[in-house]
Amino acid sequence: MTDWPILSLVIFLPTIGALFVFLVRGDARIVARNARMTALWTSLITFVLSLGIWIDFDTSTAAFQFVERADWIPILGASYHLGVDGISMLFVILSTFLTPLCVLASWEAIQTRVKEYMIAFLLLETFMVGMFCALDFVLFYIFFEGVLIPMFLIIGVWGGANRVYAAFKFFLYTLTGSVLMLVAIMVIYFDAETTDIVELLRLGFDPDLQIWLWLAFFASFAVKVPMWPVHTWLPDAHVEAPTAGSVILAGILLKMGAYGFLRFSLPMLPVASDFFAPLIFTLSVIAIVYTSLVALAQEDMKKLIAYSSVAHMGFVTIGIFTVRTQGVEGAIVQMLSHGVISAALFLCVGVVYDRLHSREISRYGGLVHRMPVYAAVFMVFMLGSVGLPGTSGFVGEFLVLVGAFQVNTWLALLATTGIVLGAAYMLYLYRRVIFGELTKEDLKTMTDLSRREIAIFAPLVAATLWMGVWPEPFLDVMHASVANLIENYEVALRAADAVTVAGR
Amino acid sequence: MLYSLAVFLPLIGAAVAGLFGRLIGDRASQYVTCGALIASAAISTLILYEVALGGEPRTVVLFSWITSGTFDVVWSLRFDQLTAVMVFVVSVVSACVHVYSIGYMHHDPSIPRFMAYLSLFTFFMLALVTADNLLQLFFGWEGVGLCSYFLIGFWYDRPAANAAAIKAFIVNRIGDFGFALGIMGVFLVFGSIEFSTIFSAAPEKADATIAFLGYEAHALTVLCILLFIGAMGKSAQLGLHTWLPDAMEGPTPVSALIHAATMVTAGVFLVARMSPLFEHSPAALTVVVVIGAATAFFAATIGLCQNDIKRVIAYSTCSQLGYMFFACGVSAYSAGIFHLMTHAFFKALLFLGAGSVIHAMSSEQDMRKMGGLYSLIPLTYGLMWVGSLALAGIPIFAGFYSKDVIIESAFGAHTLAGDFAFWAGIAAAFMTAFYSWRLLIMTFHGAPRADERTMAHVHESPKSMTVPLIVLAIGAVFSGMLGYHYFVGDGLKDFWGDSILVLPGHDALENAHHSPLWVIALPVVVAVAGIALAYWFYMLRPSIPGEVAGRFGAIYRFLLNKWYFDELYDRIFVRPAHRIGRGLWKEGDGTLIDGLGPDGLSAVARVLARRVSMLQSGYVYHYAFAMLIGVAAFVTWYLYAHG
Repeated sequence: MTDWPILSLVIFLPTIGALFVFLVRGDARIVARNARMTALWTSLITFVLSLGIWIDFDTSTAAFQFVERADWIPILGASYHLGVDGISMLFVILSTFLTPLCVLASWEAIQTRVKEYMIAFLLLETFMVGMFCALDFVLFYIFFEGVLIPMFLIIGVWGGANRVYAAFKFFLYTLTGSVLMLVAIMVIYFDAETTDIVELLRLGFDPDLQIWLWLAFFASFAVKVPMWPVHTWLPDAHVEAPTAGSVILAGILLKMGAYGFLRFSLPMLPVASDFFAPLIFTLSVIAIVYTSLVALAQEDMKKLIAYSSVAHMGFVTIGIFTVRTQGVEGAIVQMLSHGVISAALFLCVGVVYDRLHSREISRYGGLVHRMPVYAAVFMVFMLGSVGLPGTSGFVGEFLVLVGAFQVNTWLALLATTGIVLGAAYMLYLYRRVIFGELTKEDLKTMTDLSRREIAIFAPLVAATLWMGVWPEPFLDVMHASVANLIENYEVALRAADAVTVAGR
Repeated sequence: MLYSLAVFLPLIGAAVAGLFGRLIGDRASQYVTCGALIASAAISTLILYEVALGGEPRTVVLFSWITSGTFDVVWSLRFDQLTAVMVFVVSVVSACVHVYSIGYMHHDPSIPRFMAYLSLFTFFMLALVTADNLLQLFFGWEGVGLCSYFLIGFWYDRPAANAAAIKAFIVNRIGDFGFALGIMGVFLVFGSIEFSTIFSAAPEKADATIAFLGYEAHALTVLCILLFIGAMGKSAQLGLHTWLPDAMEGPTPVSALIHAATMVTAGVFLVARMSPLFEHSPAALTVVVVIGAATAFFAATIGLCQNDIKRVIAYSTCSQLGYMFFACGVSAYSAGIFHLMTHAFFKALLFLGAGSVIHAMSSEQDMRKMGGLYSLIPLTYGLMWVGSLALAGIPIFAGFYSKDVIIESAFGAHTLAGDFAFWAGIAAAFMTAFYSWRLLIMTFHGAPRADERTMAHVHESPKSMTVPLIVLAIGAVFSGMLGYHYFVGDGLKDFWGDSILVLPGHDALENAHHSPLWVIALPVVVAVAGIALAYWFYMLRPSIPGEVAGRFGAIYRFLLNKWYFDELYDRIFVRPAHRIGRGLWKEGDGTLIDGLGPDGLSAVARVLARRVSMLQSGYVYHYAFAMLIGVAAFVTWYLYAHG
């Protein structure tokens, strides 16, 4: 199996599926059905195939694995170079894991332009997986930006009432950042004369140049994470996006920024990362406290969860820039966990939205009477979001905090307030939606989860608990790569110090 | 293997009842959970016998939980003497409560859910006390908090129950905030969070310092105080106590199990468990003494004026927990745990007895609407007497042995804080006796104050409720007498082994055995005085309480309103948080960030575009003119640049 170009297969299988969907013609109803089935099967097969990556993954090495390489644009020196290591591999799995669930979640909710919708999702999967596998800057940039296009369309075409404003805001924010990243990539190319990431990881940049490059990357990644204060696109995008769009947005898109920090900022620009770490910490702590308080005041379910995402991603950025084993590994676990839990929470909102077409919290109340299974499922993810031990949310958050405590106790103290505030807004949400008496007339006919919906939630519940009780298989994957990352980082910092001292 | 079964049987019971409850029905759910719990209680008795009396601690390693660099946590069950006592108390009381619930909850429509929650709670509590490292303890700690949240909010239709549930969870989270930081700190100082490693390294770190919030502080003091903040939250100590009285919204068996006998004592257990750390920090121990003593006194004052039968007992619990803490604070950990055990029996008895009264009174909880019940429910009445005698610390009953040794230890500490605790303890003992008999008399004596329909319906509870009560009553009478020798008497060293550390020189408990006569006699004297006063007030001269309340109106209202803690917190934390959140959202995100960011930009772009579009007038001479100027400018620039 190792002889296969498995990464390329996983990346482009969805594209092939999309092509099939594109070619379907005939009666609208049949086209829609075929589109759904094709999309589901394609994404399922892709997922199973991607598991092969995990199974064959060698956890003892920090090197890139499953590497594929071919010349592509010789004039730029750009090549088609793919590979995964312990940092990126699990995100590939996360992407392929969430896509079939998204297709299932859109089964009935999407009734117009089903074909185009499914094509958009399959292409989105290609771009996402490609981004996590790319080992060449040009390739990376294409995938990184490519993700925006289907997402933009999903929000703009299948979104809610105010979708155009949201799509525009989303695009404006992310594109502004991306332009700066493109400039940075060009500078890197002119400086190092290569766009190969593996090679660039070995080279070091001049400390002064690092500062500028870091800022350019930061502009792009901070928007994606999103960090305070460039987070305001997220609530709007989530509110207007269809459920599955929100799932991918929260599950994968937000991880792209943090992944960028881990893949580029830390290893390539260590001096600048060290210099700017206090900035990141400050912004992250503000994000945690600020957005948690804002979440407390929300009246729209999706907006509340969107703001909670910003707070949770604050933990991730703190963890990454502590550059401690626990911090970085915690950040990765937190990303995976957030990918599962926030995705599931958006699906939970989607369930009631499909039935009542409202996200207004005050429209609900007492759902537990009619929907006990739904209440239980929602409870699991609510607790995961709160970071209860035994769920995946706890492992990530706690490891990050352990890392943060080693760097600065103030940082740890302020970040830990997030666990109190997080409990407040989630429990308050849950109480208003699920508990209480069932008084509203139109809620009395609500039906509990259908089999399709249970099939969506079951794997998510399993993943949440698995990562909470026995996260070893996940941590095992990342140990070698994270250790290598931190070691190189420290070596580079020491070398830079030596140069400064010698220069005096 | 058998030992782990004691922990996991309740989990299995909970899973069966929780997941398949609707499939197998109410009755089967009750049998499964009760059966699992009784088996677990039987095994725990064996554990107590083998580990504590036989002196054979052991550890069962399960599997790895989290490894990240040197941060290495393993799921494992530690059975030492301290754990054995706790496992015994938890599973026995829990088994009683499970059986009691069959009778108490038989009208309820969601019995399987209730039984599942109870069993799940027991599992988490057992996980807490058998933890081998701080993180696993935290797992159990949060788990019991979660179940407490579920059970307080069990009747989810009631807004008050929901509010109380959320309050309990969040106030506990504030405590957990300190606890979590404490765990991180322990890892930073010791490089491990496994008990045996940190305990053996503690003496070396006795003088270590850490940089904490910009200060260079004594490491163990910081760690212990952080951990103690967690204990304060869970054990409802002064400042973080507000959730406990509200928690009485839950069904009464829950109050007995979680909010009297087990969960709320987890904080005391934590301090005793971490004794090897606390012993090296006199400052932290002093904090524990002061907070514990203050709580013992403060909660007792509130207990004097409450009218809800369950709330009286709840404040009494709060106060008794204060005793346990100040015992730990003067290094008499074993006395604290001794009181924990006896208290578990008699307080569970009192709560379940109160439940039996409430059951008889068709869910009435206000004592002002009771009275005259003693002849109608004589068995409950008698058992309530047993519980009250034990609580008041009357000789031969369990509370006498454990409470007296605590008060004497406080005296024997010969420190300022110890003296404070001693007098606070004496004052609280007096008030305890007073409010206990106030409760008994208001509930059972005098003329009936309920309406006739309720009174006609008053009946003794079924066997499933009275049998557990009798079991607990046996504990409330004999556990003090039987345990004294092992827990705090001459057999102390053999019994506890290495599970509790007391440094040489910290000999408050030893001094307690050589207290002067007046110290030994005083607690009993004040208890009898308290009973006498209550008898005089409520039995002989029922008009007096009203007069007293009228004359000292301000004090009465202050106590009735629980020192206004809830109002204070609401005003300085809850409401501002909502207000600030709203402000940040509308002003911060809306006006500021979006205003300057995307919306501002697009507004500027729109204005610019309108201006630019005005240039496109459609007249050829306008364009020609513009072109001309452009060409001129270009040529000029070219000439200058290259000229």
